[in-house]
Amino acid sequence: MNAGTKKNITGALARRERRLAFGLLLPTFLLVLAIVLFPLFANFWISFKPISLADLRPPTIFVKERIKGKFNDLQEPIKIEYRFRNSSIKYALSDVVFKDDLPQGVEVVEIGKECNVSKLSGVETVVCELGNVAPKERGKIELKVLSSSSTQKESFTETRVISSFTAKNVLTSLDFTLENYSKVFSSSEFISVLKATIYYTFFGTAGALILGLFAAQIISKAFPGRAIVRGFLLFPYVAPVIAVAFSWVILFDPFSGSVNAMLIELGVSEKPINFFGKRAISFSFLGLQMSFPLALTMVIIFEVWRYFPLSFLFILARMQSIPSDLYEAAEMDGATPFQQFWYLSIPHIIGILAVLFLLRFIWTFNKFDDIFLLTGGNAGTRTFTVNVYEQAFAISNLGAGAAVAVVIFMFLLVFSILFIKFTPKDES
Amino acid sequence: MAFWRLGIFSGIIAGLIWAPVWHVIITVGLIISSGISIELQLGPALLTGILVGGLTVIKKVENKLITLIIGSSLTFFSLILFSIGKPFGSELLVYQGPIFIATSLFSVITFFSINNSVGTLNFGLVKKYFLEAFYARLVWGLGLVFLILIVVIPFYVMLMTSLKNQQSLLKNPLDLSIDLTSSPGKLFNSYIELFVEYDFLTLLLNSAFVSIVTVIITLLFSIPGAYAVAKLRFPARQWFSGSILMIYLIPAIILVIPLYSVFSQLGLRNSLLGLCIVYPATTIPVALYMLKGYFSGLPSELDDAGLMDGLTRWQIIIKISIPLAIPAIASVALYVFMIAWNEFLFAFMFLDDIKIFTLSRGIVSLNSTEVPRQHLMAASVVATVPVLFIFLWFEKFLVSGLTSGSVKG
Repeated sequence: MNAGTKKNITGALARRERRLAFGLLLPTFLLVLAIVLFPLFANFWISFKPISLADLRPPTIFVKERIKGKFNDLQEPIKIEYRFRNSSIKYALSDVVFKDDLPQGVEVVEIGKECNVSKLSGVETVVCELGNVAPKERGKIELKVLSSSSTQKESFTETRVISSFTAKNVLTSLDFTLENYSKVFSSSEFISVLKATIYYTFFGTAGALILGLFAAQIISKAFPGRAIVRGFLLFPYVAPVIAVAFSWVILFDPFSGSVNAMLIELGVSEKPINFFGKRAISFSFLGLQMSFPLALTMVIIFEVWRYFPLSFLFILARMQSIPSDLYEAAEMDGATPFQQFWYLSIPHIIGILAVLFLLRFIWTFNKFDDIFLLTGGNAGTRTFTVNVYEQAFAISNLGAGAAVAVVIFMFLLVFSILFIKFTPKDES
Repeated sequence: MAFWRLGIFSGIIAGLIWAPVWHVIITVGLIISSGISIELQLGPALLTGILVGGLTVIKKVENKLITLIIGSSLTFFSLILFSIGKPFGSELLVYQGPIFIATSLFSVITFFSINNSVGTLNFGLVKKYFLEAFYARLVWGLGLVFLILIVVIPFYVMLMTSLKNQQSLLKNPLDLSIDLTSSPGKLFNSYIELFVEYDFLTLLLNSAFVSIVTVIITLLFSIPGAYAVAKLRFPARQWFSGSILMIYLIPAIILVIPLYSVFSQLGLRNSLLGLCIVYPATTIPVALYMLKGYFSGLPSELDDAGLMDGLTRWQIIIKISIPLAIPAIASVALYVFMIAWNEFLFAFMFLDDIKIFTLSRGIVSLNSTEVPRQHLMAASVVATVPVLFIFLWFEKFLVSGLTSGSVKG
């Protein structure tokens, strides 16, 4: 066997392996393409379009049939009336055609100019071509027929009117606008949303990380019942967000919440505090008037509470991988607990802390559910993600919502580049 | 001489911190478990702390049990003495049942905490190392109590509120005790109403259906995909495994508008099928990433041996790789189940029809002024219990799933 054929064989094997690999990845690729990458692109598209929530219901033509006349008199013509209406108040319909089958044995005596009667396999069919129908336009078409003795009123109405038309699809049409973006950036809200997002993301991430580090430090020491406590500390993260968010809301409710009742009972506060509904508390400190963003702080505390278990888990895993003889040696050298933490633990976990901070930063930035459930984005807690919902579904302006989503995506792009740049290679 | 380096000073510090901490916790506990109105007064507790903390460093007894008994009795009597017989509030005397129990509990737990923090410290000067070790123990103990409390309280309130009735909730929001003497029908009234009136069984089944289908689809897609990325050589392999990570940084909120629009027009929006398409798409990248890590750890020699024996790649995946990866697959499955079960945004946006609500969607619809809040809390308990049960049962798997795959959430 010479070198050439050997190369051919391995080449064929490699090709087969490649084909198999692509085959195995294809389903995943297609699904992700359809549900993640396509929407990402579509989001850009929608953000440039003047489209509201109501536009999603496709426009259609409604045709109603009415029969007038006496059925016992065969000489008197029966009037058939077709009333039609464009359902959309914004978009015209074109090429509107509707068809209706007539009962056996009737004879058409008078017909509008839009319509004609054709006979297909023994059944007489009225075909009306309406052409263009303007938004909200309605009208009627009349037709007179002579009926035979066997015809009943029901035999007219039991055949359904079939209509066809072409309508401009708002999603695929080529109307573009920059209004969505100008609305998002020019509104006075933009700055406050940006501020809330920055506060929430930074303090939420840092708080969860610090509490997680603290928890890991505590659980890394052996004590009876440690395994149980460790599992238990993960509850806030594992439980459904909806359940824990609502129990927080109820716990801090100004009228019937236990926390407020307790604060009053213990004499800490005079009247109930609306923790999730009050934008700011003003107070004076050293003669300076200051305000403290209450609702935003509460939302951040919730975020810290809910996500510290994650940081805790990662940091704990990393800490337990530090060889214990290092600590024993440090102990022998008389290093105090604080020195052991600072000079031994911290250098070992600094890598994971950095990665966690960046990843958690991105995910806190992306967080929607928590704030939405706690405050609905009111009282100064509206972040970008909540603003997407607010614009698209509360104000029903899909385009503006998509524009906010594009802004989020741009931020994410920057964060991911930073993430890739600063991730230590061994920690990924 | 620096007084703060004296052992007795450390002992007093421990007492000054632990006694009021436990006094507040037990007062609050007493209020919510009995509904009695109590005003907080920390003076007696502080004095007790100073006395007990100071004494702890002076005299040592070898036997731990005897130390605890002596110390606790000391704490007990000094608290009663300093509070003139009214350890918890001015209304109630010490010999009344709940107060007696609370005082005893306070004494044991406070002395235990102080004693553990103080450790082997003596009355006199303490070396820097031991002093720092003392503060480390003190912070450690306080930290543990703090962590347990912040985790317990919301869940406790959720559970207790769900077992109460509207009247008693409005009358005294602090009374979170449950009347065990009342009939079970009355106690579980909210749960019964949820299942009878709000048809929560359907919601539960819908959630279970969507979550299980999501797990199955995710595994069907991600196992072959992860195998390919981990074991097969093909161009753009590096690129592919990198882009998986990128995809999982994309949040649902920026996908929701296009998906809402397109699914509305396709008629997929208000259906469980729609969710069964969207959920796997968001979980597959995570699952693929987790499994890829595991498959890469399996020795390639096994695959080669399989190939030599004439197995096809499919057979290798099914007969060799999957059986070896069962622990990893289990943790992925549990993690994905948890994500799907807890998912809120898409369920909230997509589902309009009450018959196909998932639990998350159903609970949001309960959050109105017409529905009493004990129903809302009962519904939250219903949604939480299955996940927590699964979590406790398979904690080992799930924890490894969480650490290997998720910085997402």
